[in-house]
Amino acid sequence: MGELFTLPVLLGIAYSGVRLATPYLYAALGEMFAQRSGVLNLGVEGIMLMGAYTGFFVGMTTGNLWLGLLSAALVGLLMGLLMAFISVTLQAEQGISGIGLHLFGLGLSSLLFKKTLGSVETISGFQPVKIPLLGDLPLVGEVFFNHSVLVYGAFLLVPLAAWVLNRTTLGLRIRAVGQNPEAADSLGVSVAGIRYFTVSLGGVLAGVAGASLSIALINLFQENMTNGQGFIAVALVYFGSWSPLGVLAGALLFSFVNALQLWIQVKGINLPSDVAVMMPYVLTIAALTFAVRRARQPAALTKPFARGEG
Amino acid sequence: MPYVKRILSGWAEALLPVAAVALALLIGAGMLLALGADPLKAYSAMLQGAAGNVSGITQTLVKATPLLLVGLGITIAFRGGVINIGGEGQLIVGALAATAMALAFPEWPGVILLPLALAAGVAGGAAWGGVPGVLKARLGVNEILSTIMMNQIAIQLSNYLLRGPMIDPAEIARGTQIAQSAQLPQQVWLIRLVPRTLLNGGAIIAVVMAVLVYIFLWRTTIGYRIRAVGLNAEAARYAGIRVPVYQALALVLGGAFAGLAGAVEVLGVQHRMMEGLSGGYGFSGIVAALFGKLHPLGAIPASILFGGLLVGADKMQRAVQVPSALIGALQGLVVLFVVSSDIWARYRARRRQTYG
Repeated sequence: MGELFTLPVLLGIAYSGVRLATPYLYAALGEMFAQRSGVLNLGVEGIMLMGAYTGFFVGMTTGNLWLGLLSAALVGLLMGLLMAFISVTLQAEQGISGIGLHLFGLGLSSLLFKKTLGSVETISGFQPVKIPLLGDLPLVGEVFFNHSVLVYGAFLLVPLAAWVLNRTTLGLRIRAVGQNPEAADSLGVSVAGIRYFTVSLGGVLAGVAGASLSIALINLFQENMTNGQGFIAVALVYFGSWSPLGVLAGALLFSFVNALQLWIQVKGINLPSDVAVMMPYVLTIAALTFAVRRARQPAALTKPFARGEG
Repeated sequence: MPYVKRILSGWAEALLPVAAVALALLIGAGMLLALGADPLKAYSAMLQGAAGNVSGITQTLVKATPLLLVGLGITIAFRGGVINIGGEGQLIVGALAATAMALAFPEWPGVILLPLALAAGVAGGAAWGGVPGVLKARLGVNEILSTIMMNQIAIQLSNYLLRGPMIDPAEIARGTQIAQSAQLPQQVWLIRLVPRTLLNGGAIIAVVMAVLVYIFLWRTTIGYRIRAVGLNAEAARYAGIRVPVYQALALVLGGAFAGLAGAVEVLGVQHRMMEGLSGGYGFSGIVAALFGKLHPLGAIPASILFGGLLVGADKMQRAVQVPSALIGALQGLVVLFVVSSDIWARYRARRRQTYG
């Protein structure tokens, strides 16, 4: 284990830890908005898969990564709208609808992959952009300021999300709808409108999260490539007590464990790789156990709202 | 007249899942067209493959068996108001446990070893469902997320065991290193019901279990309490039912049935544990349970239907070169349609309340 504690290794792990937080951040911040308004969208994983496929396919065929990213966001928007329609307008059980959406995204992305690509190919994704001055700082520069645009975007989204949620009228409405929809409704806030907005926003960000994997971090698409990251993102919202900073802390914790786990696999340390791969999932359960003890979830989470009931 | 109306609306409710599948298949037809395949040809290949001859029918029933068992577990859990998404992991752990038991005592006679192997599968699945159950009951941990994580952990555990401690010694000797266990001793194999097919005694076990689950849920006190907790946890608490205990029990029982499904798959079909044994039964079982309207007997035709879809998908893939993943996507749509259709049932219930 002594090998682990050399500077280059630690820097390498820190660098990929920051990098790998990207999909968690996009997906979990989007999911946080949905949950703060009272909707649990469990379909994030399926949306991420469709986003990853779309981003990769469009990026590869057009040669324009931005177009790929935009298409992934658009597909995420459509799937988010579908989830909103089912959970808000049709008032269906949210947990099960989300699983349905996940199965749909998993199946459709596999189908499209086999039909259009057939085999795993790589793409030259978004390249790291070194930030002037900051990027030249010793140690810190290397770890934090030499990433691709999508990584910076994910981290900038944290303060932006905190500002929207805590400092704007929109954020106040989102929180009101998630805490007490009847009261919000009586004050003239459209519960359905707010929920449509947050779930669609969550869809867009989940689509981007998927694309960040396929055209910025791993630069390929394969079936079920998210491998549970979308579900972990949902768990991160619980872990982060429904706050952007909490989500950031959770995302970093998980991505660092992931980075460590990948490094252990590469180095073939005395730990079977399967056990190493298990670590993030075990950690999720531990994190959930820890999280429920200190946080209170939005009062109306998973509860459909219909006027004149309740 | 109201009586007739009620019967009619009862029928309408029973037909809703059928409409959901029809709608999903219709959308599937659109997708087939978009992919440049002839939907009629695709669906007839599917039907022919799944139900056209003895081989197709037995294959359908072989796939339906684990779906039914997993679906029964899901039915109990959902009836108890807990959402168990962990069927996949519970099935895998059940299969591992049954395999380990059968391989541990290869000399023992089948009459003893077979029930022990089945019981090991049940216990393994129950334990895997019990962890989220206890976490939910004791600490209020969201069971949807914990069961999903338990799935991932089970897959890695299985990979580890099948590449390491449980690997077939023959694989090491040959140097092929395929991740599978040794073959189970013959005396624990479930009997084959139709010669030269894979249809085995597991199908009978599954149907018997469906009847038992029905009796359990509707004719025993514990079953009644599980349903009461699922219908209205507040009211159940006021009635003196210890809600967390029954929620945990619903998860444990859900796991037990998924574990049994894994044991039956190993003892009846594969005769060894291997990577990818489940192939999504844990998720398809949820679809079958919902389609059966969360009724144990409804799960029987539902699992046969979805078993047929899985078998038919392979035939369709060969006939029109459309990947069988299409069926996965359609299953997702079926789930979405079935849960969405609940609003009609609620709407009618409200009208009945209002207008008598």
